[in-house]
Parts: sequence; C-alpha cells; structure tokens
Amino acid sequence: MSQSNVAYQIMWNRLISVVEEQAQALVRTAFSTSVREAGDLSAGVYDREGQMLAQAVTGTPGHVNAMADAVAHFIRRIGRETMYDGDVYITNDPWEGTGHLHDITMVTPSFYNNELVGFFACTAHIVDIGGRGFGADAQSVYEEGLYIPILKFADRGKVDETLTRIIRGNVREPDQLIGDIYALATCNEIGHRRLVDMMEEFGLRDLDGIAAFILDNSRRATLDAINALPRTSAEGSMTMDGFDTPITLKVNVRVEQDRIVTDFAGTSGVDKKGINCPLVYTKAYACYALKVAIAPEIPNNAASLAPFEVTAPEGTIVNALHPAPVALRHIVGHFVPDAVFDAFDKIVPGLVPAEGAGCLCNFQVSLRPRTDAPAPPDARRAEVLTFNSGGSGARPGHDGMNATAFPSGVMTMPIEATEHAGPVIIWRKELRPDSGGAGKMRGGLGQYMDVGAREGHEFDIQAMFDRGDHPARGRRGGAAGAQTRIAQDDGTPMRLKGKQFVAHGRRVEMAFPGGAGYGDPSERAPEQVKRDLARGYISAEAAARDYGLSADDIAEVEALVRRGETL
Amino acid sequence: MASSSNRLGVDIGGTFTDVVLETQGGQFSTKVLTTYAAPEDAILDGMGQVCAKGGVTPGDIGQIIHGTTLATNALIERRGAKTALITTEGFRDVIEMRTESRFEQYDLNLTLPEPLLPRERRFTVPGRVDATGAVLVDLPRAEVEAVVERIAEGGFESVAVGLIHSYLNPAHERLVREVLRARLPDVSISISSDVSPQMREYERFNTVVANAYIKPLMASYLGRLEDRLRGEGVDCPVFLMHSGGGIISIGDAAEFPVRLVESGPAGGAVFAAHIAGRHGLSKVLSFDMGGTTAKICLIKDQTPKTSRVFEVARTYRFKKGSGMPISIPVIDMVEIGAGGGSLAHVDAMRQIRVGPESAGSEPGPACYGRGGARPAVTDADLVLGKLDPENFAGGTISLSPAASEDALRAQIGETLEMEASEAAFGVAEVVDENMANAARVHAVENGEDLSDYTMIAFGGAAPLHAGRLCEKLGIARCLVPPGAGVGSAIGFLRAPFSFEANRSVYMRLKAFDADRIKALLAELQAEATGFVRSCDAQAPILSEFKVYMRYSGQGWEIPIPLTEAQAMAPDAGTFQRRFEEEYTKLFARIVAGMDIEITVWAVNATTPPTPPDALANVAATGAAAADGARPLFDPAEAAFTQAATISRPALQRGQIAQGPAVIVEDETTIIVPTSREAMCLGDGCIDVRLRPATDGAAP
Repeated sequence: MSQSNVAYQIMWNRLISVVEEQAQALVRTAFSTSVREAGDLSAGVYDREGQMLAQAVTGTPGHVNAMADAVAHFIRRIGRETMYDGDVYITNDPWEGTGHLHDITMVTPSFYNNELVGFFACTAHIVDIGGRGFGADAQSVYEEGLYIPILKFADRGKVDETLTRIIRGNVREPDQLIGDIYALATCNEIGHRRLVDMMEEFGLRDLDGIAAFILDNSRRATLDAINALPRTSAEGSMTMDGFDTPITLKVNVRVEQDRIVTDFAGTSGVDKKGINCPLVYTKAYACYALKVAIAPEIPNNAASLAPFEVTAPEGTIVNALHPAPVALRHIVGHFVPDAVFDAFDKIVPGLVPAEGAGCLCNFQVSLRPRTDAPAPPDARRAEVLTFNSGGSGARPGHDGMNATAFPSGVMTMPIEATEHAGPVIIWRKELRPDSGGAGKMRGGLGQYMDVGAREGHEFDIQAMFDRGDHPARGRRGGAAGAQTRIAQDDGTPMRLKGKQFVAHGRRVEMAFPGGAGYGDPSERAPEQVKRDLARGYISAEAAARDYGLSADDIAEVEALVRRGETL
Repeated sequence: MASSSNRLGVDIGGTFTDVVLETQGGQFSTKVLTTYAAPEDAILDGMGQVCAKGGVTPGDIGQIIHGTTLATNALIERRGAKTALITTEGFRDVIEMRTESRFEQYDLNLTLPEPLLPRERRFTVPGRVDATGAVLVDLPRAEVEAVVERIAEGGFESVAVGLIHSYLNPAHERLVREVLRARLPDVSISISSDVSPQMREYERFNTVVANAYIKPLMASYLGRLEDRLRGEGVDCPVFLMHSGGGIISIGDAAEFPVRLVESGPAGGAVFAAHIAGRHGLSKVLSFDMGGTTAKICLIKDQTPKTSRVFEVARTYRFKKGSGMPISIPVIDMVEIGAGGGSLAHVDAMRQIRVGPESAGSEPGPACYGRGGARPAVTDADLVLGKLDPENFAGGTISLSPAASEDALRAQIGETLEMEASEAAFGVAEVVDENMANAARVHAVENGEDLSDYTMIAFGGAAPLHAGRLCEKLGIARCLVPPGAGVGSAIGFLRAPFSFEANRSVYMRLKAFDADRIKALLAELQAEATGFVRSCDAQAPILSEFKVYMRYSGQGWEIPIPLTEAQAMAPDAGTFQRRFEEEYTKLFARIVAGMDIEITVWAVNATTPPTPPDALANVAATGAAAADGARPLFDPAEAAFTQAATISRPALQRGQIAQGPAVIVEDETTIIVPTSREAMCLGDGCIDVRLRPATDGAAP
C-alpha cells in the first residue's frame, strides 16, 4: 500500500463527515417537524458521473437507493452542458426522486477551478405539498399535490422566482415549504464548501482517485459478505391490511456469485388508494433489509449498493407506475423488510428478527374552529403531523425494542413541541402492556396514544395505520404481536386508514401494534418473565397464560414491587 | 490562620485526583490516585502533600474549589439512590421511550440503554397543564396523597417529579413536593421546574431523574468531605465547580448535583480561557487529550461557549443518542473516544479505525509490556519517534518499541501490507483526523472558521498531537501552558462564581411584549444573582443576558447574546436585527419575510472573571540548546527526519527551537513538526507556531 493510500483513507473519512455536516445543517435550518424533529431526510455526495460516494447516517433508510439513483436522473434531464457554478436543481418526482410528492430532492453541481467535479444531493419530507393533503385518499398522483419535474431552482445563483410563486400558490403552508427549500439548498452549499477545502488540502484536481478507492474497497467488502453466503434461493411473503383489501408481498431472494437478486413476482397489484410504492422505494427497503443483515458496517455508496439487485413486475404494488397514487408509499415500503426476512431466514437461519410493527404509526390532524356551535375568537386552523412507532420484532438473542421505529430511521416529536405546533392535546403516549408477542425472546411493546383538540376546536384525523387484521407474525414458535386498534372515546369505531372527522370534545384512542416473539415462550428464562411482570410489560394474566408463571411467583413479584424493589 | 491568598483547587478524575495549591509563594501541585470508596481520602492526602510543599497548614487555606467526576460516574455506573419518579398520567414511559428511534441503524442486535428508573419505579398522578400554561385538568390533593403512600411503602430514598408543561406552570409539581415533604420529611425531592425548566419532556424528565438519582450520594459525600476537612483544621468555605464553568456553594451543589456533571472538563476550558486572557487571544480552540478521550471547546473573547443540553453516559461507541440527555447550562464541548490508550484495528473495508475502545491502564498499550497485544495510539506515537522509551512519565514506565512494532504489524500491517512504521503513521493520521473532524464539525455548527484560531493544548496526550492537528485545521499557532497536566484543577482557581437561570417562554416578535420581557428578565436576574450572592456577599455581580430565537416553525433555536441595555429596554427591531446577524453567521443567508420567535430566556449572574496576570513580553534570544537528536516521523512530509530533543525545564524564556524538534517534560512531550518552531514565552507557555516564510527554501 503506498503513501497515498493513507491519504485516501483520510479523505474517505472526510467525505463521510462532510455529508454528516450537510445533514446536520438541514436539521438545524428546516421548518417542517418531519425534518427538524423526526430526521426524515438524507444527504449525499457524488462523483462527476453521478455515482454516490458517501451518504449521511443521519436520516432514514427509505432514501438510500432512491438517493443513489437520483443524481443520474438530474444529469440526464438537465444535461451536463447546461450545468453552471451556482446552479441548484429540484424535483419531487416520485419515480425519479424518493417515492412521493412530499419528498423534495435538491441537487447542486460542485465546480472546482471551473470544472464540474461532483454533486451534492439532499432530500427531506415536507409536511404539505397541496392537493388533498398527506393521506391515502387520492385516486391518482395528480390529486396528491403539486408536481415539480426536474428543473433549475437556481440558475448561476439566481433563484427562479416564477417557480417559487407557483409553489407558494399551490400549498397550504407556503412559508414553511419555501423555508425548507432554502434549507435544502443551504445544506448542499455547506457540503460543497467543505469539499473544496478538502481538495485544496490534498491538492486534488478531481475526485477520480478517491472515488475509485472508495468504490473498489466497498465493492470488495460487499462481495466478500455476499460470497460467504450459501449459494441458494428462498421464497418469502407477508400480508398486510391494505386500504380496503389485503395486500400480499411475495418475494424470492436468490444468492448468486457477486450479487443477491430480490424479486417480487406474485405480489398484489396496485391499489386504488395512495399506498402504492414506486420501485425506487421498494429497492431502498429491500436493500436495507439485506444490508443490515449481512454487511452492516459497509457505508452506503454506489458500489456497496449495486450487488443488491431488486426487481418487481410493473403494476405490482411494489412497482407502481405513474400516475398511481403514492403519497403513503411508506406503508408498503416499511413492510418490505419483513417479507425479505421471511425468505432470508430460510437462507441463513437465526440471523434476522421476527416481524415487527412494520410501518410507522403516523397520523396528521387538521384542526379548525368548531362548526357545531360558536367558536371562541382565538380558535385557529393548524396542520399537525406526528410520527410514532410500535414495537419491533424479537431478535434471536434479544427482545424486540419497545416503541422504536424499524425499519424506518425517524424519531418521534416531543409532545410538548407538538402541542406548540397547533391546538392539539396529546392525552396519552405510553407503552402498551401485553402487546409484545410472547416468545423465548419477547416482541417489543407497542404504545397507546390518545389525541384530542383544545376547547373550541374540531378536527379531521388522517389515519395511516396497518396491522389491524394482520398482526406481526412470530418466528420459531414465538407468538404474534398485538394488533392496531383505533376508536373514539365514546366507542365510535374508526378506520385504520383515511381522513375521518372528530367532533368537538371527542378524543381518538389508539393502540399501536407490538412486535412478534422469537422462539417458544416456554423457553423464556423465568427471571425475564418476572422482570417483565414487575415492570408491567406483561400482566399477571399473561405471565400465567403465556409463560406458565405460578400464582406464588406472581404474588412474590407483586410484593417485591410494593416494597420498591426491582428485578 | 486562613488567608484569602492561599487557595486550593481539587479535581477528582477517573484515574487521578489532582490537587493544586496557590500561595503568595507560588503554585504547588500533585497527582494522587483516586480513591473510589472514599474519594475524600485522596483529597486529604493530596492536600497534605501540597501544603507541605508550600509550607502552609490546612488551616491557612482561605478557599477550596472542587470539581469531580463522581456525579458523572454515578450516572454511568448506575450507583445512585433508590429513586422514584412521579409524572403525569399517560406519560409514565417518557424516559424509556426516548425518541423512539435507533441511534445506530445498521445493527440488528441493537439494545437501547435502560432508563435510570425501571418502569415499576415510575408513578403517575392526574392533572394536566396545556401548552399555554393553563390548567386543563385539576390535580386533587387526595390523588397525590395516595401515590405518596405507595412511595412510602416502597421505601424510596429520593423522588423526582416531572409533569407535562411544568416549565410553564410549576403549581402541580409544587403541590406534589408539598405532599411529599409532609408525609416523608427525610426523603430527598427534586422537581423538574426547579432543576431544568425547559420545553421537551424527555430531556427535562431525564434531567430531574438524574438529579434525584445522585442527590443522596452527592449530599452525603459533600457532607463527609466538609467534616473531614474541618477535622484537618480547614476553616474556610468549600465551593464546587459546575458544568457551566462557574462555581456554586456546597449547599446548592447538594441540591442540584446534576449540575456537577462534567465539571472537570469545564475546569479545563476555564483554564484555557484564562491562558487566552493572559495572551490577549480572542479566538481559541482548547484541546484536552488524555488517556481515553479528547475534549474540544471553542473559546471566544476568553469565554467558553455554553449550551443548554448535553448527553452523558453514552453506551455505544460514544455515539450520539446512545446516552441520556441532560438539559442544564453546560460548557459546550465535543468529547470523542480518542486518547493515548485508544485501540486501533482494520475493518472489513480495509480501513484503519481507532477507538473509542481504550486499553486503559491495564493492560495498557502494547509498549507498556503488561500483556496488551493490540496497538494503541501511544504505540504509534512511540514507533514514530514522538516518545522516548526511556523517559516516559518522568522515567517511571519503560516502554518497549519492539512490542509496539509487533502489535502494529500483527493487527494492521499484515492486512494492509504495511511496515510497522507505515501502520503507525496510518494510526496516528486516523486519530488526528478523527479529532480534526470533530473540531471542524463543532466549528461549523457554531458558524466559525478555525483558520484564525489559536489552539491551547493540555492533558497528557495533547502536546504529542497538537502540532499535526494544527496542520490539518490550518491553525498557525498553539500554546502549551505550564502545568498542563493538572490544567482542570488550575482552572477551578480561575473560575468566577456564577449561576445561569433560564426559562422557556414563547413569544413571537409580532406579539412582542416589552413589559412582560422586562419582568421575566428581572425575575431571572434576581434568581441567578441570589445564587451568586450566597457564595460571595461582597463582590460586584455582572449579569449576562441571552435569548434563544428562531424562525417561527423551525425546531432549533440559536443563542443571541444581548447587552444589558438591549435586555433592559427590549425592542422588537433590535431583537430582529441581532437574530439576523447571528443567523447569517451560521447559515449564510436569512429567510426573508418569515416571522421570528423567542423560545428561551437566560440570565447568567457572575462575579467578574479573574483578571489575567501580567505577561512579561519576551524577545527572542536565540536557539534552544539541544541535548540530543532522534528520528521523528513527520506526517506532513510522510518521512522520518532527524529531530533535536530538548528538555523543557532547560528551555529558557525567549529561546526558539526549530522543527522538527521534541520538547520533553515529565508529564508530556511536545512535538514540533518540521513546518513549525517553538518559543518559550514569558509565562512559560511554549508557543508552537508556523515558521516565518523563507521564500520557500527551508533552512
């Protein structure tokens, strides 16, 4: 290894820190809660050909492959010959960006000594893009909001005012969206400045050498991981509620020399409602599932992602084509890892977890002054989006994680921050006992959430839940997790998906799903059962029924807890 | 007889307890091993040693200032009291559910850190305050009494109270405290609206729980310490260094022990700030590198940067999110797992990785010859010629270069086809790059460009790496002060009495209410001043005003310092102008036409800082006398060069050593790269700076 290899090692580290900084700048300057509190974003740096060299670990896996592919689309649409220093490009094309109109992707060409040396790109989930609002109710992408094809947001530093006026005129929160677009442009700019610093320090004229170093080493490490697997294939499937009719994901995972092919032939067709998934987003989560299982340490870049090939027949729900509605593509996308794991567990048993809650338990409330009686003068309108999580699936050697996002990488919002965002009241947000599937390893607990409005307001709730009829399935004898429930506090039933009205004074009570168990519950260590009982993760009834804990043991645990002791 | 000119600084660290005595006769210091079972033992031992050196008795000491990692360690090691939490019905699991996210997305077997209190120790009461501070649901006293009865039955020693939106309206928390006091007078109580009145329930609840958890332990330790000191004849007040870089009374420290977390590193930052003052430096990067971690802090205008939240007890490779957030005023620094003992390996991408795993003192780096087979940063430093194997730690430990070479070859060289020296170069470069990256990210987060900063380096390992770090960061000048090995304890003696009071109150500039602001700031000023007054009845007290602002709709606010005049006669136009100035500095451009809001108000009351002692200017007197030469690897040149070795005690004021050179002292070694020269200044600081330009021809 020559001297320059030490320098390349340093440069690779540096590029990873550059994109991390790019992502942090976005969090700090963004307006949408989905970006600034929940981290639903991504940032990356690319070589001149549009190959991704590094991606920030801040952010969520849903953008992984979509981001890797996006810059090539920008190069094709804009054309290299019309790219200039100071340009910034934009799109929210679900098929050339990251899967729905609510993700804005921006790309900035990086010029050094008047030569195009690479690109910076970033993506963020914004709260509103007009149309019907964030939800599954649209029949086609045309109803889901404003579509921005790949075009120049800024040309040689000059922002396209016509475009910003069109955007402002088509969305519910124009200040917030324009603020977010500026935040995206700023974060690319910060990445570019740091890249220039690095090139000066190391005396580089282009990125060819460092790009080859990164991609060669990543490719070799990835292929080593793949070629260590048994050369075989396996089928997997999983079924979810869907909007009106259940959806089944079918998958075949095939390990070959130097690649893994994941194919979704046999999967349900596109739905009438907006839960369809463009292939870019399916690829992201299929690839994430395999990568987290076999090559977790290898950073994401063009070479480490390329050997994970993902195919699906056109018109299946995991390869929905324009103009299918796709706003809530995350619901199907977040279940992709469970389907892939079902197959992969047959290739390498004992590595992947049982099924978990899957999709995030998100809802958006649209609050307004009450209409059934005179509203107080300070009543107002507001859009409030929250991200929440059920339990993750139990692992071969660990319980599932309670109320923790998997496979998504986003955070929840503090309820005190949410209550400042609009006249909403979160009455309850806490763990849901007995919701984790029993097993040698227990599934993670889901959570309860109760939501209402301040005096003088009524609201619509846009529900985005699943696992009502299809709870997380256990593995190797583990039991299923608890199902999702939703109703109003007076017992009025509600649907798990779609926009629904909630009258003045009413609350919506939700119970989010638990993860499934792993292994036979009778093999669970008794001290873990007792600990779960002491903590109230499980009730005395469940301890006796699912794990066979004796009445004496239960009484002993209860007495210990009364004395303030822990297990 | 106690004299105000005799002052004692005591820093209890993970390995050593550092004691520094200052008298009119000079400065006397010692390091003794920390005595975990009874930390006061080491203090008495060290105090005895420095008193003997300084020719005074403990009764002559006029002031003792103390900082300690005991609070931090109690949180990391979970050695706190039997503690309960009382919280709002529906929110029992806030400290367990955290942010509902995974801090490492690529680990299927990730386990989340356990909350300080398991679920069975968390109790709920009804009652609810809304986001305006209004009471939505009353809290009946009888309901509180019922919960307190269960706490009595559980035999808890300490209780934390954290209710939703209590930072806006503390009435319910105070009611709970009142009921607890009446029923359980001996139980220690902490309420979140006193400990950390900040928005965001996870951080606030976690902070009050941490405070309650360590309160009995710290109160008992501080009580014992006072008794033992009295027993030795000490007859002066004892003060505590807090994480914000100031000092508070022992009583306030016992009430709010969570404020003592990271007080040692805070002392280090104060130390660097004081050196900055003496040299008239307005932009300083303090770099403190020890055996396990490196701490980096920005010091502008001789004042360390402060923050309102930090994370303690990271459980997963120092990774952000794997610890617990504590929201208290704190000196803002980055701490990364990079020290002399940090271990190196090669990962699947054939990349060299260093830290955060550390060899510690047992077995230590391979060169210690105590059975360590994995190469540490110290091994790389030895192979590169930065350390003298026969003269490490004042000659007390003999190092084996052969063992270092073997470890580097076996663990790094074989995989990467490198010689031991090249592997050592790689390890040193990676750890230096890790620290440089941390410094860069920290600077960018604060809108600063490091190229016009001066570095101040202290801690055992810092002077070995500071020169290369300066090259990487484009920093022209680095000072290595005398006493660098006990820098934090010296810093305690330079810290002012100070206390920051703050409050979350939302206000948009559109709804600017000058009268309300005046009242709020006056209240915060009175609260902060009260704390300082309890420490010092005489000294003048300065007030520093700061607000946190953002565009309405953003989630992260930026700090805006205000002058007293701006704070006392508040005006929306001025607030907007100040915000836009600071925002532009951080993020390049403002977002025109957006509404702006203020979220947090803070007043820091402080006694005036110790004026910098006079610095005798020294003219260059000539070249330093070398006592030998040895091969030293220069990373910028990527080659070994012959470096002069110089003894620091022999280096006279005004003498200059040209790089490459190695300046050796008992606690550390200063590396002067080829690109630099080092001059001994009037106060004994070694100034390692870029050599003057010489038309490209190296001398």
